[in-house]
Amino acid sequence: MPPNISPADTAWLLIATALVLMMTPALGFFYGGMVRAKNALNTLMMSFSALGFVGLAWAFFGYSIAFGHSNQWWGGGEYFFLRGVGLDANGTIPHVLYFAYQGTFAIITAALISGAIVERMRFGPYLAFITLWSLVVYAPIAHWVWGGGWIGKLGALDFAGGTVVHVNAAAAALVCAVVVGARKDYARQAILPQNVPFTLLGAGLLWLGWFGFNAGSALGANRSAALAFTNTMFAPIATLVVWTLLDLFRSGKATAVGAATGIVVGLVAITPAAGFISPMSAIFLGAFAAFPSYFTLLYRARTRLDDSLDVVAAHGVGGIVGALLTGVLAQKSWNGTADGVIAGNWSQLGIQAIAIVATIVYSGAATLLIVKVLSAVTTIRTQAREEGLGLDFTQHGEEAYSRGEGAILLLDGRNE
Amino acid sequence: MKLVVAIIRPERLNNVLEALFRAKVAGLTISRVQGHGGEIERVETYRGTTVKMELTDKVRLEIGVSDHFVEPTVKAIMQGARTGDVGDGKIFVVPVEHVYRIRTGELDRAAVTPVGVPPD
Repeated sequence: MPPNISPADTAWLLIATALVLMMTPALGFFYGGMVRAKNALNTLMMSFSALGFVGLAWAFFGYSIAFGHSNQWWGGGEYFFLRGVGLDANGTIPHVLYFAYQGTFAIITAALISGAIVERMRFGPYLAFITLWSLVVYAPIAHWVWGGGWIGKLGALDFAGGTVVHVNAAAAALVCAVVVGARKDYARQAILPQNVPFTLLGAGLLWLGWFGFNAGSALGANRSAALAFTNTMFAPIATLVVWTLLDLFRSGKATAVGAATGIVVGLVAITPAAGFISPMSAIFLGAFAAFPSYFTLLYRARTRLDDSLDVVAAHGVGGIVGALLTGVLAQKSWNGTADGVIAGNWSQLGIQAIAIVATIVYSGAATLLIVKVLSAVTTIRTQAREEGLGLDFTQHGEEAYSRGEGAILLLDGRNE
Repeated sequence: MKLVVAIIRPERLNNVLEALFRAKVAGLTISRVQGHGGEIERVETYRGTTVKMELTDKVRLEIGVSDHFVEPTVKAIMQGARTGDVGDGKIFVVPVEHVYRIRTGELDRAAVTPVGVPPD
């Protein structure tokens, strides 16, 4: 083994990569529990197929665009089709592992967007959308922040992807929800979650995976990873408590969907800050982050914006709050690199704001372009009749909960 | 009195209920049923197994009404349930011998008139 590869760091990143990959199926369950039974498989498939389509795009082109060394705006084609991505050290881990680890981020970021357009988008155009989006939107922004691009050079702090992953996905989700339009039953009929236990299961597995997401972003088995790990545990703990209390004070009932949402909001908010702030700061950050997302969620449900599973409230608002508070709470005594407002460095807050605005503007505009191009060449929305029957049957030819009564076997898969 | 029995699409149930409540039809029972009504067949595939779903999920509504309420009830169901495609369902209007309200022991017309509405 080359001397600059650390076995400990490599071992941790191997595990972290698997943990983050698991977050995408977990997201599928988190989302899949909140839709109606007739759309459960479609919603799960929106996450599962991101594993395939975005993953492949990442290997062929995305990794190179994000982590090549061309210039400040994009990475160029040096690693297209993994040319030159070998077993040599990248940092203290093998380059192939770094490539795989970063791929899991691209996959889940694209899958996050699906929450805004569930129950109404044709599956083929959805696949085309997330594939293109991961190359045109995610990869360049990842390059700007982490790949040696201009936002990183400004000194923006984004430990594990508060802007790159969450604000980015939420901006895209907002555009998608507006362009695709509301579900035909939205604000006309009650649309209830089909399986709340799925949503709780998904939130729990997301939390588990998030340890790989945040602590893995230290790219080693070191003190920074330990700090990020601890903060990933305690920030959502604080959010969960505050969210539950808000529920109790508002309606007298602590809701389960609320608890699942609170956990995710806490995880989103700590993501940019994980390795930069103290654990007590993380608890404050987690508690604080509950308020804006909680009230955005309540407000959104009364508007005409059918961001069906509240990607904007959870990931957008949570991500922005987390990214700004990173600029407030960062302490060199904990992270060794940068101070925030509480250590007297006010300029960090401005840099964080620039990173947020740049991400929203680019992601919003480029997403609009992709969706408009796709709408020009095909129909991206299902017909009202298909929406009524449910997307499981109309898009996939399967049902999540099939009883098999009255099902006649067709031999050889052909119609008689 | 009549018993109005309607078989409708599950996804139209909310529209039908809305139409019924607007028509002041207050008492009803629903059940989830499966049936076959000449719909275009649904083919589903699970791994290598392809099946034709001969039975489609439907909702069955049962509504006991006094005679002059039959027409508004049927109209409301028609309006709420129709999509124009095969499989919209059926409405059966069946004569009823007697209706008892269990709570009060009221009979027939009084029994199918919602509480609070004077039996004209």
